[in-house]
Amino acid sequence: MSRILAFLVAALFALPLAAPATAQEQDPILVPDISQHEIVLRQGFTGANLILYGAVLDPADSATQYDIVVVLKGPTEPILLREKERIFGIWVNSQSTAYRSVPSFYAVASSRPILEIVDERTAAIYELGLDYLQLSPTGSIDPGEQQRFSEGLVDLRQRQGLYAQYDQGVEISEGVLYRADIPIPSNVVAGRYVAETFAIIDGRVITSATSEVQVFKEGFELGVEDAANENGFLYGMFAVGLSVFMGWAAGRLFALI
Amino acid sequence: MDVYLPIANLAVNGLVIVALGLATGILSGVFGVGGGFLTTPLLIFYGIPPTVAAASAASQVTGASISGVFAHSRNDGVDYQMGVVTVTGGMVGALLGALLFNLLRAAGQIDVVINVLYVLMLGTIGSLMARESIEALRNRGGSSGGKRAAKRRHHPMIANLPYRWRFYRSGLYISPLGPLILGVVVGILTMLMGVGGGFFMVPAMLYILGMSAKVVVGTSLFNILFITMLVTMVHAFTTRAVDIVLAGLLLIGSVTGAQLGTKIAGFAKPEHLRLVLAMIVLAIAAQMAWGLGVRPDEVYTVVPL
Repeated sequence: MSRILAFLVAALFALPLAAPATAQEQDPILVPDISQHEIVLRQGFTGANLILYGAVLDPADSATQYDIVVVLKGPTEPILLREKERIFGIWVNSQSTAYRSVPSFYAVASSRPILEIVDERTAAIYELGLDYLQLSPTGSIDPGEQQRFSEGLVDLRQRQGLYAQYDQGVEISEGVLYRADIPIPSNVVAGRYVAETFAIIDGRVITSATSEVQVFKEGFELGVEDAANENGFLYGMFAVGLSVFMGWAAGRLFALI
Repeated sequence: MDVYLPIANLAVNGLVIVALGLATGILSGVFGVGGGFLTTPLLIFYGIPPTVAAASAASQVTGASISGVFAHSRNDGVDYQMGVVTVTGGMVGALLGALLFNLLRAAGQIDVVINVLYVLMLGTIGSLMARESIEALRNRGGSSGGKRAAKRRHHPMIANLPYRWRFYRSGLYISPLGPLILGVVVGILTMLMGVGGGFFMVPAMLYILGMSAKVVVGTSLFNILFITMLVTMVHAFTTRAVDIVLAGLLLIGSVTGAQLGTKIAGFAKPEHLRLVLAMIVLAIAAQMAWGLGVRPDEVYTVVPL
């Protein structure tokens, strides 16, 4: 029995190399889904709780111990990161680094702490974990400095609730079903969010699958944003008009009292 | 009451914002300061992005000052002639301020400059006002009400300027260049610091121009009204960070507060009011000076490219 098992595991590992003829049906299949595929930013939105769930169907051997890592990433954006330093007793901005593409949101959940599942190299390849995010700084600065800036950025975003790591965030039941709860704060930006799920056995990513969440504004909120960006003059006039009107109305009301 | 702010991109408790508006509105009505110097830092503290906070606080100040202007004009407390002069200067100042703002922002030093300016200005003004009002209170002693300590005098520099005009309501015969320059300075500060500038304007009108205390608050509010309107427009064009929902919530509180404040100002002694304002101003200056010296919570800041 154990010999058969060993053979199957070996076959599974050899899969990417082996000819498709041998074991096409032994490829584990990952079927991921998300509790909601749309998040609408509108009145009443105070954040959401996404459930990333799914099943791993492993026709080869259901007893194989596998781990699941789920990564949810928001749209990337170019940013400039400034660092404050104490000069003559006061804190002023001194150095800065530009990044070409930084995810506006990043959450990773795993069934065990990342480094118990994969080695550092694999974590870096698949960007599993906050320590292994590829932040693509532009311009040449030395690695130590780069490291300091990246840690500063991750720490800042963690405190804003935009970056998170849940080391025991994935529950696996019956060796087949998995589920991860990822809270989405209200300060997320609109755009396309991609959830990538990795099934990992013995430190190797066996299979992965992606699904998407669209985050967008609608109705009044979309109208306000469009007006502010495309009709600055009218929008500004409206804001001024609103404040003048409200001030005047309050004055009239209190004059009556 | 959760409210989603479409420009700031986050959800806030609406009642907290309204309460904040109410508090600054009361200050505005009582003291003739816009309250922006309090609103903007508190909004940032609450988690609203700094640009959105500054841009939206400006329109709140507009609302608070308009009801204040109406209230004071009913009591003949606005010198419109003086107001027009300072507003003219303020428009020039606001545009100069916008230029400076962009230069400093590009250099990444805008927040430091703002904080240092706050500490210096609030510290100086606060201590001057505190000293003056304590002296005034001491001189009065037991004599209740009665005659005003009518020792107003304007600064010798103001007296030396050419082309004198009569400002009847202010009780002044001085050159309009003085108030014009004051307007320019306040305009620059308004744009740079995202505040109405009333905390600077009121003492300057009292101690530098030597205006009659009766019209100082109303005239300062009149100036703030027009300058903040301009600042809102400039923000709507350049930073596009005016959040109408946030501004609306702040307005609900502040227009109400401004009315209450005016009522309070009606029966309180001006010396007491000035002492209280001086204390608030000094407290904020101390807080900001402290903030400059200690390690900030956020050593890193993100700027979109």
